[in-house]
Amino acid sequence: MTVIAKPSSALSRALDDRTVLGLLFMVPAAALLLLFLTYPLGLGTYLGFTDAKIGRAGEWVGLENYKFLWSDAVTRLALFNTLFYTAVASVIKFVLGLWLALLLNKHLPLKSFFRAIVLLPFIVPTALSAIAFWWIYDSQFSIISWALMRMGLIHQYIDFLGNPWHARFSTIAANIWRGVPFVAITLLAGLQTISPSYYEAASLDGATPWQQFRHVTLPLLTPIIAVVMTFSVLFTFTDFQLIYVLTRGGPLNATHLMATLSFQRAIPGGNLGEGAAIATAMVPFLLAAIMVSYFGLQRRAWQQGGTDR
Amino acid sequence: MAAVSVRAVHKHFGSTHVIRGVDIGIADGEFCVLVGPSGCGKSTLLRMIAGLEEITEGEVAIGGTVVNRVPPKERDIAMVFQNYALYPHMTVRNNMSFALMLAKLPKQEIAQRVQKAADILGLAPYLDRYPRQLSGGQRQRVAMGRAIVRDPQVFLFDEPLSNLDANLRVQMRTEIKELHQRLKTTSIYVTHDQIEAMTMADKIVVMRDGIIEQTGDPLTLYDRPANTFVAGFIGSPAMNMIPATVRSNGGAAHAAFEGGATLPLPVGAQITEGQPVLYGMRPEHCSLGNAAGLPAEVIVVEPTGADTQLYCRVNGQEVTATIRDRTDCRPGDRVMLFPDLGRAHLFDAASGRRLAA
Repeated sequence: MTVIAKPSSALSRALDDRTVLGLLFMVPAAALLLLFLTYPLGLGTYLGFTDAKIGRAGEWVGLENYKFLWSDAVTRLALFNTLFYTAVASVIKFVLGLWLALLLNKHLPLKSFFRAIVLLPFIVPTALSAIAFWWIYDSQFSIISWALMRMGLIHQYIDFLGNPWHARFSTIAANIWRGVPFVAITLLAGLQTISPSYYEAASLDGATPWQQFRHVTLPLLTPIIAVVMTFSVLFTFTDFQLIYVLTRGGPLNATHLMATLSFQRAIPGGNLGEGAAIATAMVPFLLAAIMVSYFGLQRRAWQQGGTDR
Repeated sequence: MAAVSVRAVHKHFGSTHVIRGVDIGIADGEFCVLVGPSGCGKSTLLRMIAGLEEITEGEVAIGGTVVNRVPPKERDIAMVFQNYALYPHMTVRNNMSFALMLAKLPKQEIAQRVQKAADILGLAPYLDRYPRQLSGGQRQRVAMGRAIVRDPQVFLFDEPLSNLDANLRVQMRTEIKELHQRLKTTSIYVTHDQIEAMTMADKIVVMRDGIIEQTGDPLTLYDRPANTFVAGFIGSPAMNMIPATVRSNGGAAHAAFEGGATLPLPVGAQITEGQPVLYGMRPEHCSLGNAAGLPAEVIVVEPTGADTQLYCRVNGQEVTATIRDRTDCRPGDRVMLFPDLGRAHLFDAASGRRLAA
C-alpha cells in the first residue's frame, strides 16, 4: 500500500499560516470598526473642510470654515461655555463622587440598598431625567422656587433657565446629578481594592483618619481617579442631550455647548460643513484631556514593579 | 519596653464566642509565642492587643496601663502583618519613616533611625525601591524595619513568616530571634507552626478554640504536656498516643494494650486500677526492644542518614519511631517498640489530661 500525499492547494496552505489566519480572524472586527467608527469620523472631518449644505454636496474649501468659526462670536461663546461647563461640573462631580464613595465604603446598614440607589440617576435615560429637570426649573411651577418661597427665603420665583448665568448653573447642576453615580460607583470599586491592612498599619503608625486618607487612600486611588475623571471629562465635554432638552442652547446662546452648536448649525441650520468643523474642533481638547490623564496621573513608578533601577 | 498582661479576655463576633476567657502575663522583654491551629483565636487576640479589634470583656494592659479604650496609635506598639502591609506607593525609606514623619520627628533623626534599621536588616541598598521591586524576604525585612525604627514598647508579629518559602522561613526565624536578643523589646508572635514556636519563644501559649490549653517555656511543653492536645501539637513527628488500660494483677501497675502486650508505666504516673489511658511516647524516645515492648509491624522505613524513621502499625493504629542507630528493618518485619520510661507520658483517655506528678 502506498500513501499518496494529497497535493495541498494554495488556499489550504495559506490557512495553515498563522499570520494569514490571524489577519483573517481580525477581519470581522476590523470591518465593523472601519464601517461604523473610522468612516463616519473620516467623513465628518472631511465635511469640516467643505461647504456642504443639506441637499448639496460641498466643495473643498480648506480651512475656511475654521477661519470663520474662529471669528464667530457664538462659536467662541460656545467654546467658553463648554470649558466652563466641563470644568465646574467635573470638579464638583469628582468631589461629590469621592465623598459618596467614601461613605458607601463604610459599614452602613442596608449598604447594598444605598449602593443601588446611588446608581439610579445613571440608569434613568438622560432625556427622561432632563425632562424632569425641565419641570423642576420651570419658571412658574418650579418645586425649588415653591419650596424656597414657603420657607420665606425668596420673594419671587427664580427664573432658572431664563437668565444666562442661572441657566449655566442650572444645566451644570443637572449634569452633576446625572454624572455623580458613575464617578461614585467607579471610585467605590477602586476603594474596595485597597487592602484594609494598609489602614490598620497606618493606624498603628499613628495616622489620623485624615492622614490615612491623605497618605494611603488618595495615592492608591490615583490610577482609578485618572481613568474615571478622563471619562467624566469626555462625557461632560461632549454633552448634548441634557442641554438640548433643557435649553436648546439658550438663553442668548448662554448654554450652547460645542456639541449642541454643531448640531444646530448642521441640521436645523443646514450648514453641514460648518457643523462638522465645530465637531472636529472638539477633538484636540478631548485628546488633550486623555493625554493629561495618561501621562500625568496614570503611570506611577510603584505600579511598574519588578525592574531594578 | 513594657510588660503586657491579658486578663480574663473574651471576644464575641456577633453570636460567635471566639476568645473565651484568656489570661496571659508577658514579662518585660519576653518573647511570647501564641500558637495553635487555625481558628483558635490567636490572631484575634493579637489584634485585640494591637487595638484593631474591640475587647468584648476583660482587660489588656501594656506597661501597667489598661488600654481597652486607648486607640492603636497611642498604644506605642508596632506590628508586622502576615501580608506585610507595606504601602505600595512609598519607597522602602518612606515606608520605614512614615510613622516617624507622622510623629513629627526632626528630619535628621528620622534619617538616622532609618539608616540604622536598614543597616541592622541589610536593607541599605534597597532604600529607594518600591515594595513591588523586592523579593518576599526583603519585604519581610522592610516590614520588620518599619517596626523597629519606631522603638516601640511592644512588637506584635502576625504569622510574619507564613508567606515565605521553607528555606527563607528558617533563616528569618533565626534573624528575628537574633533581633530580639539585641533589642530586648517585648514581643508577641502569632504562628500556627509549632517549630517556630519552639525555636523562638521564651514562653509559648498553646491555644485551641478560644481557650489556652497550656502556657510555659518550650521545653516544659515538650517534656510535660498538660493534655493530649498539647502533646500532639508540640513536637515533630507528633507523639504516639496508644490506648491502654492500667492493670496491676497483684504486682506492679502496668499498661495493658489490646492484644495482650504490656509496658511498664512512665515514671511518676498517677493512676487508678482499671483506668483507660492513652500511653504517650514520642517517636524520638522509642527504641527497638528485644523480648519486651509493644509488638508492631513495620510499614515504611525512611532512613534520613542521621536516624531512621519507622512507620509501624500497632493494633491498627499508626505509630512512628525514630531510631538513632542504623537498622536493617524492612517493611513487613515485626519489631518490639520500647519507650524511654523517664520520658513517656500517660493521659486519661476520657479527659485527655496528663496523669503525672
